Amino acid sequence: MKKLMIGNQAVAAGLYDGGLQVVSSYPGTPSTEITEFLAKYDDIHSEWAPNEKVACEVAFGASLAGARSACAMKHVGLNVAADPLFTLSYTGVGGGMVICVADDPAMHSSQNEQDSRHYAMAAKVPMLEPADSNEAYAYAKAAFTLSEEYDTPVLLRMCTRIAHSQSVVEVGERENAPLKEYVKNPQKYIMMPANAIKRHPIVEQRTNALRTLAEDCLFNKVELNSDEVGIITSGCSYLYVKEALGDTVSVLKIGMPYPLPTQLIKDFASKVKKLYVIEELDPVIETHVRSLGIDVVGKELFSLLGEFSQQTIAAAFGKEANASVCADSAIPNRPPMMCAGCPHRGLFYTLAKNKITALGDIGCYTLGAVPPLNALDSTLCMGASVSGLHGFNLARGAEAEKKSVAVIGDSTFMHSGMTGLVNVAYNATNSTVIILDNSITGMTGHQQNPTTGYNIKGDPAAKVNLEALCRALGINRVRVVDPYNLKECDTVIKEELAAEEPSVIISRRPCVLLKSVKALPALKVDADKCKSCKRCMTLGCPAISMKDGKAHVDATLCVGCGVCQQLCPFDAIV
Amino acid sequence: MKTTSVMIVGVGGQGSLLASKLLGRLLMDEGYDVKVSEVHGMSQRGGSVVTYVRFGEKVYSPIVTEGEADVIIAFEKLEAARYAKYLKTDGRIVVNTQQIDPMPVIIGAAEYPEAVLDELTAKGLSVDALDALSLAQQAGSSKAVNIVLMGRAAKYFDIPYERWIAAIENTVAPKFVEMNKVAFSLGFNA
Repeated sequence: MKKLMIGNQAVAAGLYDGGLQVVSSYPGTPSTEITEFLAKYDDIHSEWAPNEKVACEVAFGASLAGARSACAMKHVGLNVAADPLFTLSYTGVGGGMVICVADDPAMHSSQNEQDSRHYAMAAKVPMLEPADSNEAYAYAKAAFTLSEEYDTPVLLRMCTRIAHSQSVVEVGERENAPLKEYVKNPQKYIMMPANAIKRHPIVEQRTNALRTLAEDCLFNKVELNSDEVGIITSGCSYLYVKEALGDTVSVLKIGMPYPLPTQLIKDFASKVKKLYVIEELDPVIETHVRSLGIDVVGKELFSLLGEFSQQTIAAAFGKEANASVCADSAIPNRPPMMCAGCPHRGLFYTLAKNKITALGDIGCYTLGAVPPLNALDSTLCMGASVSGLHGFNLARGAEAEKKSVAVIGDSTFMHSGMTGLVNVAYNATNSTVIILDNSITGMTGHQQNPTTGYNIKGDPAAKVNLEALCRALGINRVRVVDPYNLKECDTVIKEELAAEEPSVIISRRPCVLLKSVKALPALKVDADKCKSCKRCMTLGCPAISMKDGKAHVDATLCVGCGVCQQLCPFDAIV
Repeated sequence: MKTTSVMIVGVGGQGSLLASKLLGRLLMDEGYDVKVSEVHGMSQRGGSVVTYVRFGEKVYSPIVTEGEADVIIAFEKLEAARYAKYLKTDGRIVVNTQQIDPMPVIIGAAEYPEAVLDELTAKGLSVDALDALSLAQQAGSSKAVNIVLMGRAAKYFDIPYERWIAAIENTVAPKFVEMNKVAFSLGFNA
């Protein structure tokens, strides 16, 4: 049966049809939909874990127990899950295990554009890389067989363009993969030195066996069309090559970027006069080809940065650019921004007004960094606001403690903010940590998390009490504020910064986009009272603009949060 | 058969994902190979959003590059101008005349080029502008801007009217089907 699916939906369908029984993931663009689609199947277990390391270990446990399991994460999530990954390579699997990782070339939604193929090499774990939804389905399904046959977890690499592009998928049937018998096997699964030393040679033997497989498998395909130009490529770069050059060149399409074939590449190279490697991000295939002593054109022509397109390839092969025209007027940018009524806005306004140094984190609230609020000083990775603030305060002392905060969302705090907070309490800086609790994982599109009281299916679940948790971690001063109340925010932030011990402020109000949140009537500006002071404009609310010299509220965007009303010195917003 | 390239551009939250889903489904049902490329995540928060739809006998690339689009469907004027360079010089832009100020304009750091559609027309581009917001409100919801615009754009595809209606029935939530059918016909007949 044919269906139009985004790559992530195809991965979900492939994993399900491959006999998946347990999936545990942490959301992260562009990987989130894999698990969201899997959650629609009621005969398997799916869940959101608090972070990728937990997710990967849950998948390990399920595999140990004899079930086919998976976890999914974005590229930086694999950094978090790297610890279990490297040793999973040694233990191998019980039931087949697939780790889906989605890279984000061009950083549509990410803080870096690391290339996760390096992890496959470093952990010595095979990696598959589909180029469209149909392959995503087929590779996800095949990954379980590969995993069990070679006793290894398998990495399935997606990238934004494949993950979020819909294409036609030929869907098959679900394979019956019953739970395997559980047999205790300490030599295989207890990785203490005496056992691990014996497992390492097995890893090397397995990699050699996989190298042999790479020479002749369904993942790597040769298309011989020309004896002039040969191109080795993979993933979406393959699509751009085919689009730009069609059947005028020979192509070796790599669907298994680790381990790479040797003889296949040598044979292909010998059949063409000029050889190119075209791959986004790092020269992984290129380095391998060069190590075989083969002359190749690669990164000197094709950038290490961002995404390619058919235009990139066409230009590199001397084709003229398409004719096009554009407007002469300057086109203002349209950056993403916090929504009208976003509960984060009032808090960031208060931080900016008081010129407070704010170490930020990963989530919607990273948008507090953009004009006009400019309220953030740093964003590094999940959880780094809390631990970073502790270091900042250690370095700069009491003065900094009175003027700096960490800002972290509820889901990110669960992910890896907690450990940083333990460190604040244990190693004693007077740090002030603000948890922006909007009752959902916002940026990735509203996933439940341990603080929301619901699980991935939307069913009631145990709910972490953030106040009690912070106290249990050693923080005595825990305050809760409503970010719609500017005066309260201002008072509490000043009090907690002044306090002679660490504190947590929970800024609590649900995301305005949640269906359960009902909008209040839109506000209006009384033009007679408005003195055009533009105080309301300093909020950066998309619903407020200046029209004919007076403030104006867009009634289709305004949700009546009232934050601008509190700022207006002339009571002009009603 | 040559691959046809379509772009749907707008502001995050305007419903371009539903429009591309509708178009993708329709084209697959018409027997074409189809690719639809969306962007999720950061760009949804009121940012500029672009979706590519490509169809033909065999489609490789999911994205559209400069000078390649046969049709651009723009949900907002400024976004039409932003992506105009992606249009083939003989392509067509269907554009909603609605103006949504981006943050740099709101805070006074940049100016909104009010007459930008005239500029594009003067450059020889075929600009088909309509007030889709009013038509959507007439159909019963300002959220139906996406379907009004698809109705207007349908004129530039060689696909019978009733096939579009069938695609709406297959894609849209049942309780919104009737309203969206009205929105589609208002756009089509505008």
